[in-house]
Amino acid sequence: MVPHDEGGGLMRADLLTDVVDGLDEALAAVDGFDGALVDGLLRPRPAQAVGLAGLADAVAGSPLAGRVAEAAEKTAAGAAGEDHFVALAAARTALLGSVHDALVARVGEAVGRPRPEESGTDRPGTQEPTANLLIAARSWLCDLARAGWRGIDHELVAGAAPVVSAMLPEPGMRRLAALLDGFAAELAASCPGAALEHVPVRRWADLWSRAVLLTLPGAASAPAVGEVTGRLLPLGVDVQEHATAVQAQVHAVFEPADGGPARLVRASVSAPKPDTVVGAGLWQLLRPHMSLLAAVGEGRAVEVDAMPVTAEGDLVWDDARARTGEPAEVFAAARVALPAAAAAPAAPLDRHPVRIAVPVLVEGYAVEEGDDGTAFLIAGQRLAVDVGRVPAAGPLTPEVIASSGACVGLLRWDAGEFLLQPLAVERTVRKKAVAVHAGAWAGGTTDKAGVRAEKAATDAVTVLRERAGRLLRK
Amino acid sequence: MRVVPSARPRKLAKVPFAELADGRLQGVVSSGSDIGRVYVSSVEAGTYAFACSTNNNRPCGGARGSFCNHIRALVDEAVLQYGVERVTRYLKAEPTGEDPSGYSVFNAMYSTRPAQGDSSAAAQVFSRFLRHLAYLEYAPATAPLPEMQWFPTTRAVA
Repeated sequence: MVPHDEGGGLMRADLLTDVVDGLDEALAAVDGFDGALVDGLLRPRPAQAVGLAGLADAVAGSPLAGRVAEAAEKTAAGAAGEDHFVALAAARTALLGSVHDALVARVGEAVGRPRPEESGTDRPGTQEPTANLLIAARSWLCDLARAGWRGIDHELVAGAAPVVSAMLPEPGMRRLAALLDGFAAELAASCPGAALEHVPVRRWADLWSRAVLLTLPGAASAPAVGEVTGRLLPLGVDVQEHATAVQAQVHAVFEPADGGPARLVRASVSAPKPDTVVGAGLWQLLRPHMSLLAAVGEGRAVEVDAMPVTAEGDLVWDDARARTGEPAEVFAAARVALPAAAAAPAAPLDRHPVRIAVPVLVEGYAVEEGDDGTAFLIAGQRLAVDVGRVPAAGPLTPEVIASSGACVGLLRWDAGEFLLQPLAVERTVRKKAVAVHAGAWAGGTTDKAGVRAEKAATDAVTVLRERAGRLLRK
Repeated sequence: MRVVPSARPRKLAKVPFAELADGRLQGVVSSGSDIGRVYVSSVEAGTYAFACSTNNNRPCGGARGSFCNHIRALVDEAVLQYGVERVTRYLKAEPTGEDPSGYSVFNAMYSTRPAQGDSSAAAQVFSRFLRHLAYLEYAPATAPLPEMQWFPTTRAVA
C-alpha cells in the first residue's frame, strides 16, 4: 500500500535499504581490531598485527592518528601499556561514531523530520572522587584485552566483582558499574573462553571499548544544561535489562509552554537488581521513582515545570517537577506532534550505532512472517521488526504485532540492517482501532495475567528479604 | 544480541538464592521443617565435591557421604533459573537420556560418588548471597545510562 499521507511524517522505507557510502570500509577496520581481541594481545600473532594496523590506518586522517599508530605498533609487539589500549579503544569508538553519524543522517532523510542541531558541547572535566575505582576498572579491562576472549577464565572474570561492588553506591559511577556488571556476567557465563563455541566478537569489543573510555575521568558525565517547562506527550517505553540492572526509557514529544518548537526527549529510570527480579518485578522496582511510568500506562500527558534536561535531550526526572495531565493518545501524538519534533544530537562520545533509537510511525503495511522473523512491508520495502525487544510484562505480544495495521516504534540498526522495535500498535477490532502498548503495565495493571505476574514478583522480593533476615540473625 | 538470557521467574521460597559462581553451583536452601533454618549448599564444577551446612554452621544430616535433598532442590531450581544447558556446561555434568532435566543432572553427578568437600565454601556463599541482596538496596536513579542500550530486554528466557 502506498503511504496515503505524504505530509503526515510517514517514512520512506526505501532509503533504509540503500547502501551507505563508506560503511563497509569502516566496519571492516573495526572487525579487524575486534578479531585481534579474540586471542588476546599478550603475544600477538601477525594476523592480529594486521588488524591493529588496519584500525590505525582508518583513523590516519584524524587527530588521533599519531597516538593510535604508536599504540597499534606497541600492541603488535606485545608491549602495550594501558594508554595504548585506551588509544585503540578511542580509535574504534571514533570509527563507530562515524558509522553512527552516517546512519543517523540516513534515518533523517527517511523520516524527513527537522535535523538535529550540530553538537558542540564539551563535557566539563569534573573532579571525581573515585579515581582509584576508575584505575581499578581500567586495569581489569587491560587484563581482559591481554587474555583475549579465548583466554578468559573464572578467576580473571571475578576480578570485576569488587570493582563493581565499590562503584554501585556511587551515583556518578552507575554508568560504568552497570556496564561492567553486565559484561562480566556474560563473560562468566561463557567461561572458560577456550571452550567457547561462538564468540560474540563485535559485541564484546563494543562493551570493552565503551568501558575503557568510561574509565577516563569525566567521560561519563552528562550534566543537565537547562530546564524545560511544558507538556510531554509519551510515545512509549523501551526497557533494557541484564541480570543485575534494569532501565526504562520513556520516549516522548515535548511541547514547550512558551510555544517554541517541539522536540523529542527521553526520560529514564534505572536500578540495580538481583537477577531473580524479572518481568513485572522490573516495573515494581522502577515505578515508585518516576510518575511518568504510571502516566504512560494510563495514556496521559504530563506537565513538567523546570525539569532538568541534558544536551542529548534526556530529562533528568524529578517527580516534584511533574504533574499528570490530560488523556493523550499515543497514535494521535505520533500523527500530529511527532512529524515536527526535532531530536537532540548524541553526545560526541555516545555516538555509536547501538544508540540509534528514533521514534517513528508506520502504517498501511502488510505483515510478513517468515523463518527470519517478522517484517513489515511498507510501500513494497521490507522492514524487519524486532518483536523480541518488547517487555515480557505487557500485553504487546508477537501475535498482536502480527495482526496490527499501524505501529509507533523505535527505528534501530543492528548487524547491518535497520529494525523496528514496536512501542505500540493499532489493530482493528470490530471495526474499531484499538491500541496496544508495550508499556501498558508500567504503572500497574488490572489485566488478569498482569496481576498474576505482579503478585509473583512481589512474593519473590518478600521471600528474598525474609530469608536474608534468617541468615543474618545467626 | 544479548549473550545471557534473563533468568526465568521461579518461586524463591524453597531456594531463595542459586548461582553459578566461584567454580561452583551454590546457593541457599530453606529447611523443609524449620522456618527459622536455612542451608548453605554447594557443588563444585567438574569434581562435584559437595557441601551443605545450616546457617548456624552445623553440618547437614542428610549430606553425610552423598548429596542431600537440599542439593537436589538447589540443582532443580538452578535448572529452572538458568536453563539445563547452562547448568550442565558449568558443572561439566554429563546427564544421560534425551531430555536432560534437573533430575538427570543430579543423578549424573550423584552416580559418580563425589567426595564431600570442606565446608569453607559456606562463608563465601553466604557473602555472595549478601552481595546479591545488596542489589535490592541501591536507590534507583533517573540519570540516563546510555550503556544499557547494549542490553535490550528480550522475551527469551533461560
